[in-house]
Amino acid sequence: MDAEPLTQLDPSYTTVMRIEGLLVTLPFVIGAGVLSFAEIVPAWAPGIPVLILVILLIIVLPMKRYRSRGYHMAADRLRVVKGVLFHADTVVPFSRVQHLDVEQGPLERAFGIARLILHTAGTHNASVTLPGLAFDNAKVMREEIRQHVKRESL
Amino acid sequence: MGETSDIVQVTDDDAIEIGEWRRVSKLTIAAQTLRTMVQGVIPAIIILYSAARDENTSEVFGYAALFAIPVLLLILSVTVLPAWLQWYRLRYRVGSSDVRLEQGIISRSARSVPYDRIQDVSLEQKLIPRLLGLVEVKFETGAAGKDELKLALVTEEEGERLRETVRELVEGSEDQALAALPATGAEDAPQPAVQPEGRVLFAMDQRRLMIFGLFSFSLVIFAVILGAAQQLEFLLPFDVWDYAEQYIRDEGYFEAGKYVDGMDTAARILGIVYLLLTVVVVGMVSGIAKTFVRDWGFKLERTAKGFRRRRGLLTKTDVVMPVHRVQALVLSTGFIRRRFGWHGLSFISLAQDSGKANHDVAPFAKMDEIEPIVREAGFTLPDGAEEWRRPSPNYYFDRAVITALVISMVGIFAFTAAIASAGQLEPGMTVIAIAVLAVITLIVAREFYLWRYDRHALDPAQVLSRRGWLGPRTQIANRIKLHSVEIAQGPLARWRGYCNLKFGMAGGNFAFNGLNLDDARKLRGAVLDSIASVDFANLPR
Repeated sequence: MDAEPLTQLDPSYTTVMRIEGLLVTLPFVIGAGVLSFAEIVPAWAPGIPVLILVILLIIVLPMKRYRSRGYHMAADRLRVVKGVLFHADTVVPFSRVQHLDVEQGPLERAFGIARLILHTAGTHNASVTLPGLAFDNAKVMREEIRQHVKRESL
Repeated sequence: MGETSDIVQVTDDDAIEIGEWRRVSKLTIAAQTLRTMVQGVIPAIIILYSAARDENTSEVFGYAALFAIPVLLLILSVTVLPAWLQWYRLRYRVGSSDVRLEQGIISRSARSVPYDRIQDVSLEQKLIPRLLGLVEVKFETGAAGKDELKLALVTEEEGERLRETVRELVEGSEDQALAALPATGAEDAPQPAVQPEGRVLFAMDQRRLMIFGLFSFSLVIFAVILGAAQQLEFLLPFDVWDYAEQYIRDEGYFEAGKYVDGMDTAARILGIVYLLLTVVVVGMVSGIAKTFVRDWGFKLERTAKGFRRRRGLLTKTDVVMPVHRVQALVLSTGFIRRRFGWHGLSFISLAQDSGKANHDVAPFAKMDEIEPIVREAGFTLPDGAEEWRRPSPNYYFDRAVITALVISMVGIFAFTAAIASAGQLEPGMTVIAIAVLAVITLIVAREFYLWRYDRHALDPAQVLSRRGWLGPRTQIANRIKLHSVEIAQGPLARWRGYCNLKFGMAGGNFAFNGLNLDDARKLRGAVLDSIASVDFANLPR
């Protein structure tokens, strides 16, 4: 059952992660700028850690994250795979889904992607999040899972 | 919301009417006041007393003693008034579809818990309410303990009646929900056959409690004494720290050393034996005391609605667990008690048991006593027919290497520090090296035996796991009562080809660590197929 190919996420998810990385690094860039102008340390010194941070958070990590994530929707279950260093491979049968959410932050809305969240009654993995889906796709998936939940509960 | 005039003030032998607002027992005020007094006033008296003994201030406090009685009366009235207000502003209602509770003196809160969310109704009696004949009623919803609906306090009869009424209504709402389903064919739904009321499944008499206590050796009492000494040292006639200081200044240890030196070998050995015996006896006595207080009158019954457990000497609890809410079983034992055939059984269910996720159902029993309880809960004990599998040896090897490395680092650090402070190598330092080696050997042996003993299996209806070397712990979960399956791997695990398999289970954790990847995938596939075949709504609830 693990042989099935994983579906890739929407490519704009990488862009969203890059912008998020940019927002995280921005304070550091400003701090480094202040440090160079204040001439407490040599002007080039603060640039090095910031450059490493920029390369990591804006260029490398979003790419790696995007590549490591994926999902597979079977007839009765959803498999969510994620993790660059720490892998997690979670399967939730639709029959155990309590309720469903489709969420969008402002950035995600700008790029037309969304997160699909599956809630279960288990203590571990009480909610499984699948980010980076095209918004329409997320809605379709939600409807499909909901149909499934409804049909079996009636 | 402030409409309280329609409260029907009930006398205690009234039957509960559906949809009628009621108040808790008036004695709650007394219980509340008593509790505040015990918590606040007694320490105040102790402080006053000890301050009065201090010579400089004794005159001032001599006057203060004159006012003590009016002050106490004032404190009393200050505690009674809020307690009365709280009682006056609290009302509850057993409605046709939910239980409601409205409370709060100034800011009111109104809560409603629908019957189909109530897992269980339990009664708890602490010492003071018990003296007054009151109980606390808890409506457990599986909300992890913090947001449960509690009704403090009602009379014992009222509590019993409330429990019966609510339980019947809960059953009713479940039957309705079940009736709404066309297919109620959950294949292994434990059909609660009509049983004679209150068949005793397991009970512990004084003798059993005594044995259990002997095995519950605990040295917590020493920590308690130390803590108490620190808290209450102002009550002692001498200052402990002064005494210790003086002891060191006057070289008291030198005297003691000379005293020991003067004894012959036999006397020294006797002294050590005496010390050890004292520790063992104190440990056993405190274990026995703890067991008696917690498990006095332990009784597990099978009623028509589920399992009913009563226990407690000072705090009496009475818990009912519906059979179909048992998610998994935990069978545990200890290093010594196992040699004598004693085991403990507990249930993992949605509701909580005084803060713990597991419900003790037979804390200290022989296997032939546990077996019928397990059968009654709809599970089966491993009978040897299942195929037990071992986790990956790499997992244990890596763990041993990592812990050994950490300990070697600590050892090397201690060694360098010792050399640096002494300035040269001294024979005493070899002790460090020997200790490090000994600990590492122990850890390696432990990991090896853990690999030998840890195992898991899959039978047609259950997932089983056994962990631990000297005191193994067996967990048995129902396959269809799991909610999700996850395979997790860290960088090391990925490199070495093992993983953790974690199941989403309501009310507890269920995980297999260090499995072979292929094995984990196979397990996951099998479990998922059986989960997916039964819908959540059709689960035996």
